[in-house]
Amino acid sequence: MMQIMMQRTGDAWFRTITFLFALSIPVLLLLLVIILLGQAMPSISHSGVGFIFSSSWDPVKELFGALPYIYGTLISSLIALIIAVPLGLGAALYLAEVSRSKFKEYLAVMIELLAAIPSIIYGLWGIFVLGPWLANYVQPALRSVLGFLPIFQGPASGLSMFSGGVILAIMILPTIAAISREVFQSVPNILKESALALGATRWETIKLAVFGPARSGIMGAIILGLGRALGETMAVTMVIGNRPQISASIFAPAYTLASVIANEFAEASSGVYVSALVELGLVLLFVTLIVNGLARLLIWKTVGKSNTL
Amino acid sequence: MDKLKEKIVARKLNAWFTDKQALKEINMNIYENLVTAIIGPSGCGKSTFVRCLNRMHETVNGARSSGDILLDGEHILRSGFDEVVLRRKVGMVFQKPTPFPTMSIYDNVAAGIKLYGRFSRHELGERVERSLKQAALWDETKDSLDKPGVSLSGGQQQRLCIARALAVKPEVLLLDEPCSALDPISTGKIEELIHELKKDLTIVIVTHNMQQAARVADFTGFFLLGDLIEFDVTKKIFTAPVDKRTEDYVTGRFG
Amino acid sequence: MENGWQKQYSLRKFKEKIFLWSVFGCTAIAVLPLLLVISHVFIKGIGAINLDLFYKLPTPVGEAGGGMGNAIVGTLILILLACSVGLPIGILGGIWLAQFGDGKRGLFVRYAADVLAGIPTIVIGMFAYTLIVVRMGRFSALAGGFALGMIMVPTIVRTTEEMIKMVPRSLYEAGLALGIPTWKVTLRIIFRTAWSGIFTGIMLAVARITGETAPLIFTAFNTPYWNLRLDQPMASMTVTVFNYAISPFDDWHAKAWAGSLILIFTILGVTLLVRKFSRRVQYG
Repeated sequence: MMQIMMQRTGDAWFRTITFLFALSIPVLLLLLVIILLGQAMPSISHSGVGFIFSSSWDPVKELFGALPYIYGTLISSLIALIIAVPLGLGAALYLAEVSRSKFKEYLAVMIELLAAIPSIIYGLWGIFVLGPWLANYVQPALRSVLGFLPIFQGPASGLSMFSGGVILAIMILPTIAAISREVFQSVPNILKESALALGATRWETIKLAVFGPARSGIMGAIILGLGRALGETMAVTMVIGNRPQISASIFAPAYTLASVIANEFAEASSGVYVSALVELGLVLLFVTLIVNGLARLLIWKTVGKSNTL
Repeated sequence: MDKLKEKIVARKLNAWFTDKQALKEINMNIYENLVTAIIGPSGCGKSTFVRCLNRMHETVNGARSSGDILLDGEHILRSGFDEVVLRRKVGMVFQKPTPFPTMSIYDNVAAGIKLYGRFSRHELGERVERSLKQAALWDETKDSLDKPGVSLSGGQQQRLCIARALAVKPEVLLLDEPCSALDPISTGKIEELIHELKKDLTIVIVTHNMQQAARVADFTGFFLLGDLIEFDVTKKIFTAPVDKRTEDYVTGRFG
Repeated sequence: MENGWQKQYSLRKFKEKIFLWSVFGCTAIAVLPLLLVISHVFIKGIGAINLDLFYKLPTPVGEAGGGMGNAIVGTLILILLACSVGLPIGILGGIWLAQFGDGKRGLFVRYAADVLAGIPTIVIGMFAYTLIVVRMGRFSALAGGFALGMIMVPTIVRTTEEMIKMVPRSLYEAGLALGIPTWKVTLRIIFRTAWSGIFTGIMLAVARITGETAPLIFTAFNTPYWNLRLDQPMASMTVTVFNYAISPFDDWHAKAWAGSLILIFTILGVTLLVRKFSRRVQYG
């Protein structure tokens, strides 16, 4: 009797203790949002909506306009997507649907390892290798071919929006490739065989039987990549040039939300200044939360669908 | 039975999955405008056999085959033969209905047709209609052609897949246990359809249901562990088999 | 056959060829950065690798020699601190999710962990700054360790839950049938069986935080001195490499490459080892 009672209390304790630790996860999350919101309050009342729409950032005059940072974050992520989406989807198609080579698992691992390389190393490589290479070869080539477009005008520079976008593309490539590979593989084989049996080539099979069911999963992979790009800090900070401006040319330096926080937060002195930086962090937080939530929904939808077929 | 014409001839056909041999030295004739049933317990190689006939077998990782298959006297397994050309002539329907999930009924049927030429809307519509009529699905779907293919019932979906296969005008139709996922009424409809279709096509049907084979097939082959044990007129297989193992199987003593 | 079928077919074949070559090309280009980054880090870093790097302090600008011994020790201390935050929450939380987390509360916790995984690490650094640095009045290893610990939590919760759920139910029931209380069965039998998988998750999380910089620059900050006190600023490999990389001095650049070489080999080594190990766990 005694022993059974002790067992019961033991189990109850076990349950309670593990529950408290599990509970601490949502509590930490909530605390994070509340504390940052509290810190951002002075800035929110200081700048109002002008915070998002104004483009002058001068801590000395206590002018805080986040537009150049928002612009830089969005455009650098967009450049990253334009480069990484075709490459990632192509690699995923090759690894999931085309290759029958024994080495393809090694290739998949190599692409996934791109995600394990620390951001700081990409930044270092970006400053000394990628940036100069882009400035010396890629930017002049782009300018000579597409120079009539304003986005490809202006002097070449290793530290630019363009370099930031390319570095981000490399960093989100593994996310897009790995998830869309999984999505392609989750399309039932019998559907692909149905298309092949009609006499479709592999490309036609992918168009007929794979892209349809995989569509929302691919979107999810892309948006998850976008979430990564938006929040990525160090590598971008090191190559984007850190100038808060809205320039038509992607060869000009720019600045992102995460970068300005990384550069200025430790040195921010006045209360409003710190608060304005925290508000930048909040903007970044909410954008990434929405983007990630959307991505998860889309991926989940595909996986659910393929399970029922 | 004296005017039989061989449509497909398999000679010394072997097939493997990596190291496991799935078919051993199969010799078999499939005759034009007749229905040939392939029966046998699961894992006997019956699916593998039909998947060799349109070279779907080789799309599986690690799968290979040897020997010869002749379609109208042409060696289809030899590397010079284009599998896309082959699969156009030899259509296939699978165990589970597999309409393309994001396409409408119309688009499902049109999918194959579009691969083989540019057609006006009118021509395309006519061919879709004809294929659906051939598959006995037209009356049920003519008012809902733009609904998704997956919104149909299981039996209708399977007939949609038959219509999709027929739309490219194949000469041979391979049916790989087409009724295994269907209820008896849908099964009955498909069997009627098979009777109709053999006027225009050569049909090979894999089935684990011996009554079905007896009902629809003119010829029946019995496979066991990768061997073709016996191949003959269906009636003979079911009433007077030569081999003891065939007799055991068709009388339900094993399998 | 329809009109022009041959012509159309050769067009189809041509498209197929373009498709095959372009996806192959995509794969080749996708793999290229890995090879380039590793080889550049190796070539530029190997020259500056020497014994001093591992145990000496950084020297002031212009003075040759010196190392990043304090940063190596600092990174190790920060990892230990992160583990002391991340492991209890992650492992115990994961156990709760696996054993009792079927209801709405479980969904809620799982969702929170997913959201946490998507938060930019710099924002987590801001949180640690406000919570700890502001209150203590100075940068500290504690704040850095806390931020890194939070970053570990989602990975560890997820792997712990998955690994425990993979343990066959029969093992659990066999334990209960012997009259052993639930908590003992869970800790002694289930957890031990799942441990190798959970350990894999832990190592991956550690590999990841080893390379984190953003959450450290205004929490643990940096210091050019030896420091073992947790309430003081602490050097780390990543922040040191960052400071060296953006400096204007060639000697420091060389050290940044050397530090990167140490980091990249440690992290990729651990990641690859863990992958190999976890595959063995999965298949036998």
